[in-house]
Amino acid sequence: MLSGLAKSYGPVRAVRCLDLVIAPGETVALLGPNGAGKTTTIDMMLGLTRPDDGTVSIFGAPPAAAVRDGWVGAMLQTGSPLDHLKVRELVRMMASYYPHPLAVEEVLRVSGASDFAERWTTKLSGGQAQRVRFAAALAGDPDLLLLDEPTAGIDVEGRRDFWQAMRAVTERGKTVVFATHYLEEADAYADRIVLIARGEIVADGPATEIKAQAGARSIRATLPGVDVEALSALPGVRSAQRHGDAVLLSCTDADAALVALLAAFPGTRDIEVTGGSLEEAFLELTAADADAGRQTTEAAVR
Amino acid sequence: MIHFRYEILRTLRNRVFYAITLALPLVLFYSVASGQRHATFDGTAFPLYFMTAMAVYGAMYAVVAPGARIARDRSRGWLRQLRITPLRARTDFAAKVAAAYLLALPTLALLYLAGASLGVRLSAAQWLELTGLLVAGLVPFVVMGFILGYLLPVDALAAGLGGVVVLFALLGGVFGFQLATSGPLFDVLKCLPSYWLVQAGKVTLGGGGWPAQAWIVIAVWTAALIPAAALAYRRAASRV
Repeated sequence: MLSGLAKSYGPVRAVRCLDLVIAPGETVALLGPNGAGKTTTIDMMLGLTRPDDGTVSIFGAPPAAAVRDGWVGAMLQTGSPLDHLKVRELVRMMASYYPHPLAVEEVLRVSGASDFAERWTTKLSGGQAQRVRFAAALAGDPDLLLLDEPTAGIDVEGRRDFWQAMRAVTERGKTVVFATHYLEEADAYADRIVLIARGEIVADGPATEIKAQAGARSIRATLPGVDVEALSALPGVRSAQRHGDAVLLSCTDADAALVALLAAFPGTRDIEVTGGSLEEAFLELTAADADAGRQTTEAAVR
Repeated sequence: MIHFRYEILRTLRNRVFYAITLALPLVLFYSVASGQRHATFDGTAFPLYFMTAMAVYGAMYAVVAPGARIARDRSRGWLRQLRITPLRARTDFAAKVAAAYLLALPTLALLYLAGASLGVRLSAAQWLELTGLLVAGLVPFVVMGFILGYLLPVDALAAGLGGVVVLFALLGGVFGFQLATSGPLFDVLKCLPSYWLVQAGKVTLGGGGWPAQAWIVIAVWTAALIPAAALAYRRAASRV
């Protein structure tokens, strides 16, 4: 769908040469720290932003045509519902723009907005407003849903509810692409994760594969006064960090690393070997890039 | 069409704004014209002149109103949201223009009734002709509303729209006095659409309608403003 996509804002290269093919029916997470180019990519997929280079094609058509024919629904990062309307009216209005919309009641039910359908759009909580934006994206029954950080600013419970509603949509065979910087979300709800950092695809595959790619496990232990360099040099260790007396080793081969660690530092205590979380994989992959900045890591940790 | 219906609904629900566009010209009309029922002004009966002027004043507010809504929607990020639906921009424009006129009509009707109550007498055909001239003459103001709505930030909009309406009203003679009746300044004033709007009452009563100059002025303003509106729309729509 995307080929050789590039976009710069002045000296900032937001997206560089992005190639991505998404099959119909897939649920794909664009995972990356803030400023990675997720929003720019989605805007280009929607035809809101013109790429400097490369092309986007949606079901074989350029974005503008796909949008005009009602194939695409989107939840943008910015935007709040129109004022002087009730929730139901807003959904009805959105639905009226599309050639084959869903029934208004159906949209309200699926998006979880039924309970406040008669409320003014300006009198909603953050979570409710997000539901309404979701409903607006669903109203036209589009085949492709693009969601730009759909759960930003929503509490944990609200997020879970949202993804539950989302499941109902993906079960109908819709293609969903969502941008997020929540690793758990990408891990739990996407078939496939496309990791983006500094405008480039760093990794692309099923969540499990991404984890494997980044080294499966890590070792935590208490080891006072040890040189991080020495730890990094141990066999099977990809990188080492020290926080006070605690050390954290990201491993390519945790078994070999553990043996070597105990041999080299018999005083090691409180050893813990953990399966790699996506979070670590994420840090690993985004930091693997030569010019990985501190900014990236900070954003990723958020 | 649902989009059009909600355009109207959203304006009507902005009750304070709508009430003011209805009431203000009416109140001004009675407070000024009731004392001058039998006066003559600008070669015609004062009530007819001032009825037309106040109808123009109220209708100008009504037709620039979409600008206020555009700016608010824009500040809510709705312009981008609309651009990713199949709704065409021109359908949206058409709905807004239609809504603007529909909401201007009650203002005209109210002022006509008020005028009649102070002795303005026109035949049915003349009332219709007057309405037709006002509808045509308001076109440049509809477009101005769009331009300001796409250009100005939402907190500057009330001042922007109000300023434009008052300025054109003042120069056009809406407030019951004319800045000039001859000389170079008068020639300038005669190049304003609001001048000819106010003249609509007089020419309707006199028969024969607007002179060619009026139609040219309206056409030139409209032709000049529409590309500006298109530019303003594109600028607003492309902004992230």
